[in-house]
Amino acid sequence: MTPGSAAARDPGLQPERTRLAWRRTTLTCTVAAVLAARTALHRGASTAGVVACALSLLLWLGFLAVAHRRITGLAAARPRALSARAATAAALCTAALALCALVAVF
Amino acid sequence: MTGGPGGPDGSRGDGAGGLRSVRLWFGPARLRDEGDTPDYRFSLANERTFLAWLRTALALVGGGFAVDQFLPDLRWGARVGLALALLAAGVLCSLRAVNHWVRCERAMRRGEDLPVSRFPALLSLAVAVVALAMVVVVVFGWEG
Repeated sequence: MTPGSAAARDPGLQPERTRLAWRRTTLTCTVAAVLAARTALHRGASTAGVVACALSLLLWLGFLAVAHRRITGLAAARPRALSARAATAAALCTAALALCALVAVF
Repeated sequence: MTGGPGGPDGSRGDGAGGLRSVRLWFGPARLRDEGDTPDYRFSLANERTFLAWLRTALALVGGGFAVDQFLPDLRWGARVGLALALLAAGVLCSLRAVNHWVRCERAMRRGEDLPVSRFPALLSLAVAVVALAMVVVVVFGWEG
């Protein structure tokens, strides 16, 4: 942060709080993805298990990319609102992780 | 907030308005066309609420995995049933998170009341039912 932007920034630290919320959510996503990988490989490395494991890793990377882009965007003193595309991508990553889980559980 | 006529509007929004807001998920420019840009702090607060719902969804998905992984002695039907209920709740929760976010964002842009929703009540009921089922399964030892 430059000293100039510090004066203009929000006293309620809303961008910081939002950034931390993204970090927390990424952390939760990591836990879910690790559990997914564990479940997928639990019954030995079958083809379906390896595919499910790779898919959940990809979904985790996708979530990480969305979160990183957003966190970078939040560095501005007056950040723009979240784009609908980023919100949809994050939500679909979560839903897809659950679908991966369905495959792994059965 | 004008409380009275908000009810029918809110319940209707889940039907026809729901489909219209699904289109907004994929057409970000369309959302920007409506109304005025609200104070960025309000948008950030809406984003944090969205993320909190997403975390809830991820926790439910994680719970589904945990049931499958850490209750291996359970009968297959009970284990898969509980995991399925949690995973389905996770999917619903994440889809609802983005839908609610879009509707709130649009309401803020148009200066309307924020949308009301039955979803939190339904979700907590579903989680309570799953938790009770787990207690019953663990206490009565329905092992396979």
